[in-house]
Amino acid sequence: MDEEILTEEALILNDIRSHLTTFEKERGNLIPILQMIQEKHAYIPREAIKLVAEYLEIPVCEVYGVATFYNQFRFHPPGKYPIKVCLGTACHVRSGDIILENFERKLEIKEGETTPDREFSIERVACVGCCALAPVAIVGETVHGHMAPSKVEGLLLRIRIEKEKQEREKLTISGNN
Amino acid sequence: MSKIRTQLMLCGGTGCSATSPAVREVFEKELERQGLSEEVQIVETGCNGFCTLGPVMLVQPEGIFYQKIKPKDVPEIVEEHLLKGRPVEKLFYVEPASEETIPTMNEIPFFSHQMLRVMRNKGLIDPEVIDDYIARDGYFGAAKALQEMTPGQIIEEMKISGLRGRGGAGFPTGLKWEFASKSPGDIKYVLCNADEGDPGAFMDRSILEADPHAVLEGMIIAARAINSHKGYIYARTEYPLAIRRLTIAIQQAREYGLLGEDILGTGFDFDIEIYEGAGAFVCGEETALMRSIEGKRGMPRPRPPFPAQKGLWEKPTILNNVETLANVPQIILNGGEWYSGVGTETSKGTKVFALSGDVNNIGLVEVPMGISLRTIVFDIGGGIPNKKEFKAVQLGGPSGGCVPEQHLDIPVDYEEIAKVGAIMGSGGMIVMDENTCMVDMARFFMDFIQDESCGKCTPCREGTRRLLEILNRICEGKGKPGDIEDLEELSSVIKESALCGLGQTGPNPVLSTLRYFRDEYEAHIYEKRCPAKRCVALLKFEIDPDLCSKCGACFRHCPAEAITWKKKDVAVIQKDKCIKCMTCFEKCKFGAIF
Repeated sequence: MDEEILTEEALILNDIRSHLTTFEKERGNLIPILQMIQEKHAYIPREAIKLVAEYLEIPVCEVYGVATFYNQFRFHPPGKYPIKVCLGTACHVRSGDIILENFERKLEIKEGETTPDREFSIERVACVGCCALAPVAIVGETVHGHMAPSKVEGLLLRIRIEKEKQEREKLTISGNN
Repeated sequence: MSKIRTQLMLCGGTGCSATSPAVREVFEKELERQGLSEEVQIVETGCNGFCTLGPVMLVQPEGIFYQKIKPKDVPEIVEEHLLKGRPVEKLFYVEPASEETIPTMNEIPFFSHQMLRVMRNKGLIDPEVIDDYIARDGYFGAAKALQEMTPGQIIEEMKISGLRGRGGAGFPTGLKWEFASKSPGDIKYVLCNADEGDPGAFMDRSILEADPHAVLEGMIIAARAINSHKGYIYARTEYPLAIRRLTIAIQQAREYGLLGEDILGTGFDFDIEIYEGAGAFVCGEETALMRSIEGKRGMPRPRPPFPAQKGLWEKPTILNNVETLANVPQIILNGGEWYSGVGTETSKGTKVFALSGDVNNIGLVEVPMGISLRTIVFDIGGGIPNKKEFKAVQLGGPSGGCVPEQHLDIPVDYEEIAKVGAIMGSGGMIVMDENTCMVDMARFFMDFIQDESCGKCTPCREGTRRLLEILNRICEGKGKPGDIEDLEELSSVIKESALCGLGQTGPNPVLSTLRYFRDEYEAHIYEKRCPAKRCVALLKFEIDPDLCSKCGACFRHCPAEAITWKKKDVAVIQKDKCIKCMTCFEKCKFGAIF
């Protein structure tokens, strides 16, 4: 698994190198550069921080300081199905924290972590702005409103079934070829 | 060119966007099939405001309002209403109290108590088409400011209007501009704060999504007033739709010569760039926001010097909130006198609130200053769902406080709200019913604040964490005598000594809940009991045989098989198997579990 991540990271770093040059070497570009990396690769690998520091000619600790200051940046690859549980006030009033707890228990990981098979990760977010649907969880890009403890298991099951179906279809297609 | 006889204003705001694209797709197909594509136009609007009913659609020009539209309803709307002229009644709004069916938008109480100024274009224009905005007097204010007024006159008009900062602090906008205009220097900046961070607040996002040009126009006028040539909009990266619409709006304004060099042939230059914030609550604080644009950690610095003297890159800068700026064009166009005609002695104009929580009509509302909180919660909001009792309404998010029943008749006014221990805030308004635990609410906000504290000053970094520790202990049933007094003392020290607004207001939720709901704290500490049945550690997970209806709903849904039940028998929870997931609390309709 670790090796797999390392080979992946090597590819990612090459890609980042090629995109860095599109930015001017200005201190003010630090956050936009980090956002570019996060957007393209969903997280910021450790080595990428060094690359950015070298490129902007500022100390590594400054890049690290800025990257860790802002909530947007993450330092581990997320799961294939990232789960975001909204913990804004409206969702909290309607027990969003209990939804989070149920996801954590079902997947046996804590918020901020990814399952060992890299299928799921859990994050808490502060208000996604669909307060009318509270409590809300977002899986991938899909918003699931009016969540309840009893819906958590069904939601995860549906994703797993969907995935198995897709894999079977893939197999039949490649089998036909 | 064909004539469009009907426009379908389909809401594409974030609240509706989970479902409205599918509805739109079916509409396009059905209109095509019935040969109506030429006469009937679908327009994707910004947030309509009535999010509870999403997706919603207004049929213009008749003003028929459809709610909760599903893709399968579309063929019927097209066939019956658009083709045969018989509106589909089953999709009309039904007033929950009177069960009366209301066909048109203007008659629905949710809308009829509102006064639209900032949101006057919501749901009526396509936010991605500049001509729609201009057709509704858009950019007329900017034209007047640039062609007919001096910077001094603009500032004077703003001062007459009495407009105060809508970000929460309520500083008079005209004064802020005057300070910056008097600061020496050739380079000055106009910033728009669109880093709406309060959890439970979505006013600014909706304004940007529904009417982005109003904000740009406000910035152009502000730039003229202080003679600035460069502006930035600092927007939350979590608002992709708002950012997309702003980007389109800026591009169109440039094409029309409303941004860039020599605007409207007046020789005045001004351009705007969007800067995506990376998610830090403290960046809503003005000095922190400026550090962030400079590419640094968003940490506040002591004031003075104020940004009007030394702001972004040490140049004179003004920072206004989205809603504040969206008010500006109409003030310039209609005059400050007109604007101040609505409101109270010290608070003029309207205020937008994001109404959410335990209330029937969740959504975005704009009301005249001076209206009572009770009108907002019960008339516009339609009261509390599920026949539950109202407990409190929370204003101002993590910097604010709650207003209980006995103060619900106070008017919306900066000073009056402060008197009862809350703040006007940026507009988050969360209604809480009897099942909300106020200690847990305080803990929730403190958890947020200590997480978002930037760490620069000790009172905030350490103090908020200690407050959270005490609150956590109380909620876990480990509270001890003296905790309440410690909370009070620590809160007052943090308020007095923290560096910026985040720390100075951070303890407010604790102080405000202590002020009105001290008995709940005491129940947690001395009786180890959560009166609202919300703090999991204080629940017994037992079933009251007197309340149990023997229905077995808890038994069927328990994922841990921890409940035993037989027909016509009271259910029993086996504590060794119970995982405290709260499913049985959710499923029990009789409140029998405690």
